[in-house]
Amino acid sequence: MDFRLTDDQRQLRDALRDFCDNEIAPLAAQRDETGGFEEGLVEKLGEMGLFGTYIPEEYGGTGLDLVSYEMTVEELSRACAATGILVSAHHSLCVDPILTYGSEEQKHEYLPKLATGEWIGCYSLTEAGSGSDAGAARCAAVETDDGWLINGTKNFVTNGNDAHVVVLFAVTDPDDPRRHMSAFIIEKGTPGFSVGKLEKKLGIRASSTAELVFEDCHVPRDALLGERGKGLHIGLATLDGGRLGVAAQGVGIAQAALDCSIEYANTRVQFGRAIGKFQAIQWKLADMATAIEAARLLTYRGAWLKQNGRPFSAEAAMAKLFSSEMSNRVTDAAIQVYGGYGYCADYPVERLMRDARITELYEGTSEIQRIVIGRQLTKDPEWVTRD
Amino acid sequence: MEYDLPEEIAALRDVVRRFAAERIRPHARDWDRDQTLPEELVTELGQLGLMGILTPEDYGGVGLGYLANAVVMEELARQDGGVALLVAAHNGLCLAHLNLAANTEQKQKYLPKLASGEWVGGWGLTEPNCGSDAAALQTRAEKDGDGWRLTGHKMFITNGARAQVFVIMARTDPEQRTKGISAFIVERDDEGFSVAAKEDKMGIRSSDTTPLDLDNVYCGPEDLVGELNGGFVDAMRVLERGRVGIGALSLGLARGSLEESIAYANQRIAFGKPIAAQQAIQMAMADMAVDLGAARLLIHDAAQSLDRGEDARLKASMGKLFATEAATRAGLKAIQIHGGYGYTKELPVERYMRDAKLMEIGEGSSEVQRIVIARGLLNH
Repeated sequence: MDFRLTDDQRQLRDALRDFCDNEIAPLAAQRDETGGFEEGLVEKLGEMGLFGTYIPEEYGGTGLDLVSYEMTVEELSRACAATGILVSAHHSLCVDPILTYGSEEQKHEYLPKLATGEWIGCYSLTEAGSGSDAGAARCAAVETDDGWLINGTKNFVTNGNDAHVVVLFAVTDPDDPRRHMSAFIIEKGTPGFSVGKLEKKLGIRASSTAELVFEDCHVPRDALLGERGKGLHIGLATLDGGRLGVAAQGVGIAQAALDCSIEYANTRVQFGRAIGKFQAIQWKLADMATAIEAARLLTYRGAWLKQNGRPFSAEAAMAKLFSSEMSNRVTDAAIQVYGGYGYCADYPVERLMRDARITELYEGTSEIQRIVIGRQLTKDPEWVTRD
Repeated sequence: MEYDLPEEIAALRDVVRRFAAERIRPHARDWDRDQTLPEELVTELGQLGLMGILTPEDYGGVGLGYLANAVVMEELARQDGGVALLVAAHNGLCLAHLNLAANTEQKQKYLPKLASGEWVGGWGLTEPNCGSDAAALQTRAEKDGDGWRLTGHKMFITNGARAQVFVIMARTDPEQRTKGISAFIVERDDEGFSVAAKEDKMGIRSSDTTPLDLDNVYCGPEDLVGELNGGFVDAMRVLERGRVGIGALSLGLARGSLEESIAYANQRIAFGKPIAAQQAIQMAMADMAVDLGAARLLIHDAAQSLDRGEDARLKASMGKLFATEAATRAGLKAIQIHGGYGYTKELPVERYMRDAKLMEIGEGSSEVQRIVIARGLLNH
């Protein structure tokens, strides 16, 4: 048993941290204020291979393992949560289903450009009337002579405005209760497909969260991804992996909050001493650090299980649930450590708290995570006895 | 990177799990009620090698490490926290101190009997007036020829009623604080040494916790463990390791709380279906499972770090803090899931809650753990 990073992973983390500190973190506040990514960011990330971390080399990716990938999401998120989810949604939610369910043609057509970031990817399942109740989606894809005709509106699509490639989930067989949805790969620029409303959000403001509108959008037959009727299965299985990315994002945001809280506690003087000398502050920092460590281990273990082809769905749910709630508690505590200054935009902690809030919501709310875990417990009670 | 237990430790886990289910579970309620733990059980623990998990094979132990110890702790505590604590104090405090600091003669004299379980060991640091402020201890060791005479009182000593051997910390230099304390071996029948009545405790009742009284107990130079005036440093090293075992013990309590809850929820019918079908119950069980999963990773991480010989202070404190508080939360939730039945002694869940609370206190309270962690973060 060895929880340590390998030497390669450690080197990667050091290189990432350097890159993030110098190239990503400095503009995090500006991205939040302007609500967008600056010119050149995508290229910079692409050059570092961060859009194709675990895409195999034969498809143009870096071919690394999943733990390394989660580490990239964590380090990016530590510098800028919005940048973290740009990469995570692209990789875990768009690249991953194409890699897992795509035909060789589809993989060769899409993965190389996704790997470099020349194309950004997104995933579109949620609708105005169906979030947690994903199976109640209404966007429909009707079979035609030579393809599919898609009509409907999706919302809350992360990367929706920046993406060239959409993995879309639509109803193909409304009368088949268990196999009613299918997955498709849709390209930006396809007639009938447009980006609608862009959400103004509490946090991760630079990340685009968009409505996607399909009005008689015609796509060729081979736009189908995976088997017809397996759409919901593909959508939910993809989320299992995606939630590890959100867990990693939570760890990164929380680590940033802890790092600056420690610095503040060591320098801010009240009552004649650094506030870090007071137990009230020490207690918060100790609890923050402990919870971050636990979340990191849960996340890496989930990634390790997936990497090794083992069942990981409930473990990923545990990681996402714990890490997201942890990052909210930690960032909240960080504002408290900073006192009044913590409430001002001059200091990073209020942005960290706003950014953390989304992690309890997207890619399966905390309520859904608890249902996934609860189901695992009741149907397989021995699961908690296996290490 | 590897998240599976090594095969031999997984095999040990299965052996202890079976043993605990067969030999401990049927009696845990009675032992808790009567504050008792039969000698026969201690003998059986010895036969399984569990009383010498951390002791080298050269001295009659099994020579496994802290990860193996953590697994043993979890499996024993799953059925009875008191049994686990008896073993924890024996291995993680008494034997750990001897393994760390005793000389060859002392090891040859004491380790084989302790490692086999023929003798049970105890460890005396805490006093009526000092728990967290251990360095302020007042038990004196006054020079008497080549040896010392120990006088004072120890408090809250696990295994006090049954141990044959104790490692006792006493003050050898009244001018110094942490640098004026030494460790001595005291045997039960040493003149002037006596054990007072067992504490009547909230939980962990099958394990005996007693005061110790020392009235001019003579310790020869052969009874000094480690360096003169080096006892406090050694005691702190012992506690840094021991607390991983206590955290692991808490995993067993938390897991017991959860397993009992799942079984109950799957069969208790309310409103026409098992309560496991209700989200409120699913939410509560999911939270217990997540806490347990996180705690186990922290504890196993700390144990691996100790086994690699690293400075594991931060990890050990984080693991102990989190796991022990998680076990109390789990105990409370489990009672709630069981409803009225959870409040009676008919079911084990109220005992898990009572047992868990002690773990937030012993071998370094949660407050002490937070101080250690904060010191590590702030570099005070």
